[in-house]
Amino acid sequence: MPDGKQIPLSQMQAGQSGVVVQMQGGRGLINRLSALGIRPGQRVTKVSSMFMRGPVTIQIGNAQVAIGFGMAKRIIVELG
Amino acid sequence: MGNPNVGKSVIFSRLTGVRVIASNYPGTTVSYTRGFMKLGEETVEVVDVPGTYTLEPTSEAEEIALQMLDSGDLVINVADATNLERNLYLTLQLLERNIPVIVALNIWDDTEHRGIHIDLDKLRELLGVPAIPTVAVSGQGIKELVENIPKAVSPDTPIRSHAERWAAVGSITDQVQRITHRHHTWLERLGDASVKPLTGGIIALAVLVSAFLVVRFIGESLIGYLLEPLFDNLWAPVMLRLSDFLGGTGFFHDILIGKLIDGEVNFVESFGLLTTGLFVPFGMVLPYIVSFYLVLGLLEDIGYLPRLAVLMDTLMHRLGLHGYAIIPTMLGLGCNVPAILATRILESKRERFIAATLISIAIPCAALQAMIFGLVGQHGGQYVAIVYGTLFIVWVILGIILNRFVKGFSPELLIEIPPYRLPPWRTVLQKLWMRSSGFLKEAIPIILGAVLVINILYVLGIFDAIANFAAPVVTGLLGLPKEAVTAIVIGFLRKDVALGMLAPLALSAKQLVVGSVVLAMFFPCIAAFVVLLRELGVINMLKAAGIMIVAALLVGGALNLIL
Repeated sequence: MPDGKQIPLSQMQAGQSGVVVQMQGGRGLINRLSALGIRPGQRVTKVSSMFMRGPVTIQIGNAQVAIGFGMAKRIIVELG
Repeated sequence: MGNPNVGKSVIFSRLTGVRVIASNYPGTTVSYTRGFMKLGEETVEVVDVPGTYTLEPTSEAEEIALQMLDSGDLVINVADATNLERNLYLTLQLLERNIPVIVALNIWDDTEHRGIHIDLDKLRELLGVPAIPTVAVSGQGIKELVENIPKAVSPDTPIRSHAERWAAVGSITDQVQRITHRHHTWLERLGDASVKPLTGGIIALAVLVSAFLVVRFIGESLIGYLLEPLFDNLWAPVMLRLSDFLGGTGFFHDILIGKLIDGEVNFVESFGLLTTGLFVPFGMVLPYIVSFYLVLGLLEDIGYLPRLAVLMDTLMHRLGLHGYAIIPTMLGLGCNVPAILATRILESKRERFIAATLISIAIPCAALQAMIFGLVGQHGGQYVAIVYGTLFIVWVILGIILNRFVKGFSPELLIEIPPYRLPPWRTVLQKLWMRSSGFLKEAIPIILGAVLVINILYVLGIFDAIANFAAPVVTGLLGLPKEAVTAIVIGFLRKDVALGMLAPLALSAKQLVVGSVVLAMFFPCIAAFVVLLRELGVINMLKAAGIMIVAALLVGGALNLIL
């Protein structure tokens, strides 16, 4: 159940899942992310993140994608 | 064409029979491959196009893909059947173009145990083009694919906007795909564990240590049980007889056989064209090349390397790179030439400069490592450890320095992590064969040439002149005998031969350590030099070379003082 709480991807806990609601960034970034299937409306599950602001790994559909911390901060997810 | 990592290269090699590299990490086909196949009576050209997610290019490789599309007559769109939604986006873009398309739904065998059911007839109807399920690794479906190529068409598809296209993709997937519940497979659990910080670190350590041990084990076994006995028992008597025939001395004898040591042929120290010149590539280096590329190929095709990239990302950022740069670096442990070429997968010029410079300075190639083990290892493992430890420290410190002073920024990591797959043995072995025979073709002429040149220059006394000139630096700063100058000069041709030249000098363990480190860092071998020049341009190449010389002398001098 979506509880309406929106947080950046970088702050999700491993195992949490949610729906992408917003991506803040230039057209180039948004194109690259959406080519990998990361678009508003898509459900993502966080698999893991590395120490010290390392990359964040998420599951999207049947694929896994690793995203640098700075990019992950700009992807807003609604938990639930 | 298709997304990265869906098996395009494997399909390509199935179609053409040409040996091509097909790996499990995105970006491997940036330099593309072409081949030919029979289609009925005709022979047609097939191009293995770099992987792309979209026809709106976001990287150099994707731009190349787009250019190739414009020059083609027909597209075989390879799609990952286990990831239909994302793959269909590119398919729809292709259908909007005026070019016939046929779809290969690859990795079909995985759909079943992932609980994915695809209604093929419905999919064909909605797309309006043939869609053939394939399993490229086993060859299943390839025949049907070829038979259906003439049926490829360019259906009348309207040009859509981004949002419309994604909506169309969503509607198609909803209609053709049914996903049932399933359990996580052990491969997936392992996959998840290897990108988590704690378990991932342990797995990475275990993988790298066992990779290292396996490489050494296979390499040493090949040398000890196969190649050394062959050389000692079969080739040595032939050489001795030839030596007798040539009169045991003289110009030709010295060039072909070299110096006899205690009346016997010594394959490391004699330094003749037919003795050391053949033993170094075949007896000392090839075994390690074979075992290294076997292990690397397995790691690639299982899909481990992108995970290593994620784990290493934090460290690599300190060096001005992102985690992905670990892949060219690992390649460099085999040979610096493909490693420097592989820096193309990095996005910015700055990253490529840093990565290429670090590789050519601090990453010893397999040939050099084989010699380090052979020569330095005789004095004990701790000395080998000092050589590796020094090079690793140089890699980190130099990276930090370059990150400080090289202008520009390094972009962030964004990569797909492919699922673990059991290695396709066919492609692993094909790749091993390609890489090993590539080494032999490239190395043997240069090694023989180097030994010949050395012997001639030696006879003419030219080395004495060079040695006297460079002696103050080499003896004063590095503590090496002045004969070692020759070896360092020869290092430009081939580092393994150069290190071999240190063998007859009766160096102490410390001198060998200094010699190995200096040789590894000093200058790339001629092949790596040419590639560096081509990839970086003259100015950056000169910068990199300057950094190398200064770093090699500093570190060599420091080692000489400390040890």
